Amino acid sequence: MSNNQGDPAIAARQRWMGALATAPGSRLKAMWDALDGIPPYQMLRAPETGLIMTRGRVGGAGAAFNIGEMTVTRCSVRLPDGTVGHAYLAGRDKAQAERAAVLDALLQRSETAAAIQEQIIQPLLDERAVRDRSRAAKVAATKVDFFTMVRGED
Amino acid sequence: MYVAVKGGERAIDNAHGLMAEDRRGDPEVAELTIPQIREQMKLAVDRVMTEGSVFDRDLAALAIKQARGDLIEAAFLIRAYRTTLTRFGASLPVDTGKMKIDRRISAAFKDIPGGQVLGPTFDYTHRLLDFKLAAEGGEAPMALPVDADGETAPHVLDLLAAEGLVETPGMANDDAAPADITREAPEYPMDREARLQSLARGDEGYLLALAYSTQRGYGRTHPFAGEIRLGRVSVEFMPEELGFPVEIGEIELTECNMINQFKGSKAMPPQFTRGYGVAFGHGERKAMAMALVDRSLRSEELGEEITAPAQDQEFVLSHCDNVQATGFLEHLKLPHYVDFQSELELVRRMRGEAAE
Repeated sequence: MSNNQGDPAIAARQRWMGALATAPGSRLKAMWDALDGIPPYQMLRAPETGLIMTRGRVGGAGAAFNIGEMTVTRCSVRLPDGTVGHAYLAGRDKAQAERAAVLDALLQRSETAAAIQEQIIQPLLDERAVRDRSRAAKVAATKVDFFTMVRGED
Repeated sequence: MYVAVKGGERAIDNAHGLMAEDRRGDPEVAELTIPQIREQMKLAVDRVMTEGSVFDRDLAALAIKQARGDLIEAAFLIRAYRTTLTRFGASLPVDTGKMKIDRRISAAFKDIPGGQVLGPTFDYTHRLLDFKLAAEGGEAPMALPVDADGETAPHVLDLLAAEGLVETPGMANDDAAPADITREAPEYPMDREARLQSLARGDEGYLLALAYSTQRGYGRTHPFAGEIRLGRVSVEFMPEELGFPVEIGEIELTECNMINQFKGSKAMPPQFTRGYGVAFGHGERKAMAMALVDRSLRSEELGEEITAPAQDQEFVLSHCDNVQATGFLEHLKLPHYVDFQSELELVRRMRGEAAE
């Protein structure tokens, strides 16, 4: 993650927000349903789908340019103690954005953070790593193994 | 002359009803689902995302179903839908150097760190129809995994740029937001960033033909496929209310860096120059064609003589959008009774005058 300014609190929040944004929707729903004691919360910004312009770089490394847009859904909630949670995730899953925003708020409170880290965030990160490794293993099987033939000229 | 154009309403409603029945086809055949299109018509979905210029697989799949498989019509539906959504902002530039690689090849350099990775490709297939696919209900094929060595795959050309033999892609200067052709009317000459945005959403067939024309000698590009890569990149966005960037998801991209011979100019020594192409999802033909056309459009910048259509910015860029092109072409189907009537009168009069 770029630009976390070396602040461990920000780095931790980037880590969990990324885990929630990249979680398969059905998986996060199952984890949410299994969670006890979700407090009532107030909707600050109801789930809303919009667009983000995706930027790339010329040649992969030069000046930024606009590749095209992508759908994104965002949501913001407030817990009774005033903690505010935000979510931004690719796609149009409003229920997932709402769950992610509530979890973002709960993860900022010391009394609820540890349990959610353990029951949701860490498993999501582990599962993503497993998916990535499984794909990488199939891709690795398509890597070319060059061997040089002995040439006959001399 | 005034011609009444009312009276088509019932016919239009019924025509749409007939189209809906035809779209469904034989009701004895199972109806297509959006997940089926998304999963099994992936390359069509990817093309609609690229040319519709919105990354969203389910939306593109729905558009393909609604458009009965007409991919330009589907891109049109996506473009129309995007106008109904608010734009929250722009992402940080994605880092394609950190792509989770599905495919990565170089036709110019054999031995590259990370290796030549073929990935899911039609290359090396024999293009023989496979009648086994006509039989349904077989077991899903399983690809063979091996232990991945975890080797990273840096951009091939960056390794050579260090030697000065290949130009660097320029500085990553993010002080100013790049031009956005969806917000500002195009002005020519257009800067490279705006050109790339136009080409990225441009029609694949059109760019393919232009790229082919440069290969055949109309504005010679003499290209090598320096690198083609396909894979997933993480997208980060900085919401104002947070003040730091967060990952919002992963998107799949195809990227192509072409390298082209360049004999040098007063300002630059002889070296290889580059053309760049990128597409949403798996769009190799598109990314390669775009890279050749990008390089071709740099003729003026590089002091090359402009002799061919593919080197002419205004010609290339103002005709590359298939939604725009379709709109102007297909408007010819709308009633032009009055225009035609006036031209008919004119021809009659001229014939009359010629006969006198």
